[in-house]
Amino acid sequence: MLYWLFLASCGIAIASALMAITRLNASHALIYLVITLLSLAVIFFLLGAPFAAALQIVIYAGAIVVLFLFVVMMLNLGRRSVERERQWLLPGIWVIPSILAGALFVILGVALIGTENQAMIDGEMIGPRRVGAALVGPYVLAVELAGVLLLAGLVGAYHLGRRYLDERRER
Amino acid sequence: MDATGGIPLEHVIWFAITLFLIGVVGILIRRNVIFILLSLELMMNAAAVVFIAAGAFHGQADGQVMFMFILALAAAEVAVALGLVVQLSRRFKTLDIDAASEMTG
Repeated sequence: MLYWLFLASCGIAIASALMAITRLNASHALIYLVITLLSLAVIFFLLGAPFAAALQIVIYAGAIVVLFLFVVMMLNLGRRSVERERQWLLPGIWVIPSILAGALFVILGVALIGTENQAMIDGEMIGPRRVGAALVGPYVLAVELAGVLLLAGLVGAYHLGRRYLDERRER
Repeated sequence: MDATGGIPLEHVIWFAITLFLIGVVGILIRRNVIFILLSLELMMNAAAVVFIAAGAFHGQADGQVMFMFILALAAAEVAVALGLVVQLSRRFKTLDIDAASEMTG
């Protein structure tokens, strides 16, 4: 049962990821990305990580994709951009990248098959209590560094998003 | 193909490889910056799946801790990258990534 749910979510995730990278309209692609992220949350839950599944929904599908959507709305991409996208995404442009990706898939697959182990994940729950204890225990320095990284991201985003940056350049 | 109540670790890794390669192909075929960032998100999620699976296999919380760091990294990266997208569209009036290649001369 666990295994079939896993396979179904894998299928949904891969199908909607393929749809996401081939759409012409950016907002349609973002909706497909949300479907991928939600099915990944199901997979995390099945693998016994309920806290990670909740964070995946709240932060990835709820915050990061919404940030994308805000920018898409702010740039005001319309029917014109779909036409331009159709010119950029020529038929047959995907052939060589797909061959390269297929070669990489075969290489990684050979490396994976060579291990010959039958490891099973039984879906034992690792709850937020244990994750929190690990975060403030051995990983406390990394948490501080993640805070510094987020601060740097905040300052960088503020600096890049200022409107008068290009006005000063023209003066 | 056994379904004895568990999920084989190998199949999770196959899935993560597939998702990662879809992201790679997405980066290679698109010229729009927003789609390139979207493909980067897919690749980062593929890495997160492997971390969670490894953590679940060993019965440790470390996999989920690493997932949280990936989440923080993705949030910071997306904030800065979308600021760059806004600047790109203001200065070059396009979202084509090739328009910003003027530094190569």
